[in-house]
Amino acid sequence: MHELSIVMNIIEIAEENAKKANASVIVEIELDIGKQAGIVIEALEFAIESAKKGTMLENAKFIINEIPALARCASCSYEFETDDLFTPCPECNNPFSDIFRGKELKVKSLKVE
Amino acid sequence: MCDTCGCGNSDGITIRKPGEKETGEIHQHIHVHEHDHDGIKHSHQHEHHHIHSDGHDHHHQNDINEYNDQYGEHKHFHSKELIVEQDILSKNNLLAERNRGFFEAKHILALNLVSSPGSGKTSLLEKTIRYLRKEIKFFVIEGDQQTMNDANRIHSAGAPVVQINTGNGCHLDSDMVNKAIKELNVENNSVLMIENVGNLICPSLFDLGEAIRIVIMSTTEGEDKPLKYPTMFQSSHFCIINKTDLLPYLDFDIEKAKQYGRQVNHHLKFFELSVKTGAGMDNWYEWLKEQTKMIK
Repeated sequence: MHELSIVMNIIEIAEENAKKANASVIVEIELDIGKQAGIVIEALEFAIESAKKGTMLENAKFIINEIPALARCASCSYEFETDDLFTPCPECNNPFSDIFRGKELKVKSLKVE
Repeated sequence: MCDTCGCGNSDGITIRKPGEKETGEIHQHIHVHEHDHDGIKHSHQHEHHHIHSDGHDHHHQNDINEYNDQYGEHKHFHSKELIVEQDILSKNNLLAERNRGFFEAKHILALNLVSSPGSGKTSLLEKTIRYLRKEIKFFVIEGDQQTMNDANRIHSAGAPVVQINTGNGCHLDSDMVNKAIKELNVENNSVLMIENVGNLICPSLFDLGEAIRIVIMSTTEGEDKPLKYPTMFQSSHFCIINKTDLLPYLDFDIEKAKQYGRQVNHHLKFFELSVKTGAGMDNWYEWLKEQTKMIK
């Protein structure tokens, strides 16, 4: 959901930073997208294809880092990778944990000319 | 196009008070691209010098080589790397923090009420306002795609209210709230209820600057709601289970619903009530009064 509006924000951030550096073309853009950020990567890629036309990102290479979600057990503090928000702790089986990584939605860097 | 949710130009977002005509519209289009960056000297976090567009710079600084080696790629010519590290939703989140600061300074308790459409958010607000308005000053922001219906109901209940109509938009964002609170003239030491658009997915991504987010589900929605929509339950502080008066007619296991909710978010605290019959409402009123004392 919202992949298109996310892409619009990405384009805005990228163009703003590129122009500040007096660049005319963005050659590459690196994104951190957490697996629990609520974004579907395929939908994001699809939205990028249409939205980048006519912008400084038109011919840019998109590097998308999918950041895996990490949770910390509320009981034993064991840290484990998780695909959802309700996997019990693999160490002690406690059902309660807190996600501390995997919600990133970030423009990490650009390569410009 | 709308800054945050990409809704089209033809459906302006409007903020209106009950009784205001269509001409009271405030068009909320914040254009995405701002282009005035002449002669700015910015120091980036890396060591590259600026490459001017009219010249060619063939020097590779060590940083570029290291970066390229690390990523197994070597781009020649004139490309330079910019470290950005910027949150994509940063615009919304920055403004949300400004809203938050405003609320704190004025001792306003701001609550963001989220749920599916039809769980009873507006009814809960109507009843709460009618019952507590002598003790608490309420201000309300209503969010719906269209109509003033909800704002009119709140107005009849006796609280100042503005209605945000999002048009094609599916959630409220911090910019809409920022504009609405100016329209409302929210006072010190009050409670601001923000009734979000009925939608269990999109509003979860957008911080409005609230102190507390409350997700409301009703007994007619099935006890596995938290598992099916975990993002919203995970981002909320409290959960109200409404329509408990219908329990005799439903196969709804309220203990399981709470268990599922805690599985997704073990910090979640619950209210079980029926807005219609008043069952369980006392707990809710007491809690609200406690919260208002704490922010004074």
